[in-house]
Amino acid sequence: MSDIKKIKDEFLSKLKNQLTISEVNQIKTDLFGKKGLISSEFKKISQVDENNRKKFAVQLNEVKEELQERIDSKINEIQNAEINEKLIKEKIDITLPSRPYIKGKIHPVSQTIDEISSIFSEIGFSVEEGPDVENEYNNFTALNTPDNHPARDMHDTFYLDRNKHKLLRTHTSPVQIRTMLKDKPPFKIIAPGRTYRSDSDQTHSPMFHQVEGLNIDKDINMGHLKGCLNYFIKEFFEVDKIRMRFRPSHFPFTEPSAEVDIGYEIKNEKIIIGEGEKWLEILGCGMVHPNVLKNVKIDTKTYQGYAFGIGIDRLAMLKYGINDLRSFFDCDYRWLNHFGFDPLDVPTNYRGLSR
Amino acid sequence: MKITFDWLKDHLKTKSNENKLIEKLTDIGLEVESVEASSGLDSFIVSRIIKSEKHPNADRLKVCDVDIGGELKKVVCGALNARKGILTIYAPPGAIVPKNQIKLTVSKIRGVTSYGMLCSESELNLSNESSGIIELDNKKFKNKVGKKFFSKKQSNLIDLSITPNRADCLGVRGIARDLASTGFGKIVDFKEKKISSKLKQKINVKITKDKNQGCIAFGSCLITGIKNCESPEWLKNKLISVGQKSISAVVDITNYVMLDLNRPLHAYDADKIVKGLIVRNSKKGEKFTALDNKEYLLEEGMCIIADEMGVLGLGGIIGGTRTGTEIDTKNVLIEAAYFDPRSIRKTSNILNIDTEAKYRFERGIDPMSIELGLNRAVKLIKEICGGKISKIDIQRIDQLKKKIIKFDTKLFEKISGFKISSKEMIKILKNLGFEVKSHKSNLKLQIPSWRPDINQEIDIVEELVRIYGYDKVKIIEPIKTRKKQTLTQSQRLFHFLQRSVATKGYLETITWSFTDSKINDLFREKIKSIEIVNPISSDLNVLRNSIFSNLSIYLSKNIDRGFKDISLFEIGPVFSGSEPGEQETVLGGFRSGKVSRLSWLEKSRNVDVFDIKKDVIQSLEEAGFNPSKLFIDDETPNYYHPGKSGRIFLNKGKDRVVAYFGELNPNIIKKLDIKVESLVGFEIFKDRLLLPKKSLKDQKTIYKISDFQKSERDFAFIIDKDFKSQELIEIISSVDKNLVKEVKIFDVYQGENIPKDKQSIAINVTIQSSEKTLKDQDLEQINSLIIKTVENKTGAKIRS
Repeated sequence: MSDIKKIKDEFLSKLKNQLTISEVNQIKTDLFGKKGLISSEFKKISQVDENNRKKFAVQLNEVKEELQERIDSKINEIQNAEINEKLIKEKIDITLPSRPYIKGKIHPVSQTIDEISSIFSEIGFSVEEGPDVENEYNNFTALNTPDNHPARDMHDTFYLDRNKHKLLRTHTSPVQIRTMLKDKPPFKIIAPGRTYRSDSDQTHSPMFHQVEGLNIDKDINMGHLKGCLNYFIKEFFEVDKIRMRFRPSHFPFTEPSAEVDIGYEIKNEKIIIGEGEKWLEILGCGMVHPNVLKNVKIDTKTYQGYAFGIGIDRLAMLKYGINDLRSFFDCDYRWLNHFGFDPLDVPTNYRGLSR
Repeated sequence: MKITFDWLKDHLKTKSNENKLIEKLTDIGLEVESVEASSGLDSFIVSRIIKSEKHPNADRLKVCDVDIGGELKKVVCGALNARKGILTIYAPPGAIVPKNQIKLTVSKIRGVTSYGMLCSESELNLSNESSGIIELDNKKFKNKVGKKFFSKKQSNLIDLSITPNRADCLGVRGIARDLASTGFGKIVDFKEKKISSKLKQKINVKITKDKNQGCIAFGSCLITGIKNCESPEWLKNKLISVGQKSISAVVDITNYVMLDLNRPLHAYDADKIVKGLIVRNSKKGEKFTALDNKEYLLEEGMCIIADEMGVLGLGGIIGGTRTGTEIDTKNVLIEAAYFDPRSIRKTSNILNIDTEAKYRFERGIDPMSIELGLNRAVKLIKEICGGKISKIDIQRIDQLKKKIIKFDTKLFEKISGFKISSKEMIKILKNLGFEVKSHKSNLKLQIPSWRPDINQEIDIVEELVRIYGYDKVKIIEPIKTRKKQTLTQSQRLFHFLQRSVATKGYLETITWSFTDSKINDLFREKIKSIEIVNPISSDLNVLRNSIFSNLSIYLSKNIDRGFKDISLFEIGPVFSGSEPGEQETVLGGFRSGKVSRLSWLEKSRNVDVFDIKKDVIQSLEEAGFNPSKLFIDDETPNYYHPGKSGRIFLNKGKDRVVAYFGELNPNIIKKLDIKVESLVGFEIFKDRLLLPKKSLKDQKTIYKISDFQKSERDFAFIIDKDFKSQELIEIISSVDKNLVKEVKIFDVYQGENIPKDKQSIAINVTIQSSEKTLKDQDLEQINSLIIKTVENKTGAKIRS
């Protein structure tokens, strides 16, 4: 009886000392090994007289458990201390830079095209495309701009042959012709793309981007045209109120034709679109000329509609405060980084055009 | 078209102010480009030269002290007549010289600072006199030193951008008429007394009946015994106010009538015409010297005015020097003709001539204005230069047909979306000069002779909306429905690829579709070069045959800017021919420099072919293509490194190349003169990518996974050096498609212990059954099958 208590007291006090894991393991062996003190006591159980046997066994088990528990917690204690010590040693400067990564960007023109497509998608337009090289018929003649018509002077055209039959399209309007020849009305399309004019100065570049719009159906009138563009402009510039003005103009392929101005002002050297006093021309539009519809064999008694053409680069410049058109095509790494968009910023209807 | 409000008031009675005028002009489609304050002329000051000395550093220059009204200015002047005492006109720094629109600044001329300029008549557009500075009349101006020279306050110069359809608005009266039709003022009636003369026009005029004769009518009037002179002040001022030069009375009058009435005229020195005028087609090779002092060689069939000696001028375009009027011209013949716009345009395009007359005739002149124009011009000549007027002679080869349009008034609402009464319509049309007969909802309209642009009903709708006001068109809100998908699958693929590549760290660029043929040739391979006939510059002279042509130029520019580690891409058209549609959409990218440059964590290394291979394969997978089906071989264009580049097919069938990737050929890099540590690139051919047939919902097959134990086993094979690992993986995978789940190459080794023509490839194979836990003997069986198959099919040996 007293043996057990003695063992217990002795070892509990031993375990209070500072120990290493191996020392604790030694204690464990001393107690519970084959010849261990506690193990030896267990062997004695059968020798204890029957009256005390049960009590002895209970006591012995209690001591065993207490010691075991103590040993386990001691081991745990030591291991924790070791880990803690290791953690302190392992402390690093977490402010050091991460592994390098490179960030890609989407060009502002591409982003703007996606924004435009997203807006027109909402009101039922789908996207069409056409080739950059066009024949003279699709680019001019079919669009009611016959040869020897002074309106051709409005377009400085790049030609690919001496006969001036093949050219780089001067506007996206030939896509109207291709679309109408390919399918049957109604049509409700936009056609963004590259366009070319042999003009190069501060505000002109020999290549630029346009988006064409065409809506042909029964009973589409100028009110629909105005409504469509009014909707687009508000959505695009993400403003609730905008001053907009339709002004008579002339394009051979639309009649009546209009140019659209929007209001703006300059605040802190930045252009603010909306309700300013000044006017800025942003697009051309009109009701598709009956001659154009006749050229693509559409019955003008039944069908009519509108078309528009918008300069994409210019829209991007206005919305994102880019001053120089030519910088779009300079590919300066700094500029691309500054004005480019994160590829995950996909303009959508539900998430919004921009963050 | 330049006008002033003052001039407009000759034709329009209005009490409105200039701001309202500008607004109105814009509202009816006569866009105001700019309004220039002619008050700029206020800064020109009457001055007197007090002292004039030779310039210390230049023999031909003088340094003058100029009194500008109690203040002296030092001015360097080159005029011979810049001498002490004379009165002249001084322009201070900041003034804009009317002739060349140059803004003066304080500047050093040969070391002497000059504060402003002394002006010649030519510089002020007062005349052509440019041989010296103006010498003002001493009596008239001696008390005006320091005062403004242009005393009368002039009205602002309004520059209108007239659209090509509005020929009628290339004259002040036409603009006034348009304004009046909106209620902005009232048109001043034109009750000009016709000239009366009993004298016959003695110079015979004949219009030949040539094929496609460009001259339909030719009116003329002879004035004999004139004294050509300087124009009177009012006429000079009128021309100067719209930026024109005064030349001589006869020329000024023809210009004035043209600007005022849009009626081009031509004046001949009648004495220089040899035996009458013949209006005929030119013969190939005929020559003449025009008033612009250039000699023109004519083609067959151009409309010319000639006499017995040859060509005198191109009808409606430019006159010739031989019969030009001069200050001593005694007898003058004034021409007012009608030329066919197409003929004018054709001729001027071939000869590349642009004149005010040509600009007007090609847009269509009022054929009824011949008499009016002649009448006005000869009366003014007689008034200013004296002389005797002949009768007006008009030759015609065709009678004018009156244009009639039947207009259904219902069309107006159908197009515009709103209503106006027929009464209102009739009023607007009458004001515009239409003759209107109404019959129920139809109007029978006779089109004014000055409106060549109006030919059908829709043109009438435009006139009505334009004058009534575009602001009256009501907005109809769009309906938010969609009947068709916005993008086609191919268009979506474009966007996936574009954004997918960008997420790999590439900056998107947009470059020209044309490029420098010298650079393009490096990437062109066997495609023929597509030249632009009229390039904007010699280094943008061909359409690009490769996406790399421009990309390499701009990569190089960025390297010159000091960047080293660059990732750029562009997605856009690349051309294979000059027919519409001979183009395809290519996404091309470059990476240069190093990975982990100056990183404290890792050693830097050059970007390599496997970096770019990853970018391409990953992007293709993200765009919807199964990477395990892609097939790669090493036949690539010459601009890639022959040993370190590959081409990708969608499958083993190799039916079409969908991408190239690799290191750029060092020879090309050398030719491009790009200084890079490394340069890799890729091209993805968007249009060749067969679109995945299945939509996303169909791509998701039944979810089946195996929870049975998997086992991994490593093999090392000694195999021919040029044996492709792609094939090795394929062979192992096909040993048992059900059990072999994954094959990975984790080491490739050549060198010690391996024969020279061999390599060692170490492979890790994952084996798992979806039906049971494999026993040792099953595994042994499949392992030995792998070894046997590889050895048999490739001649490889397992490395023991």
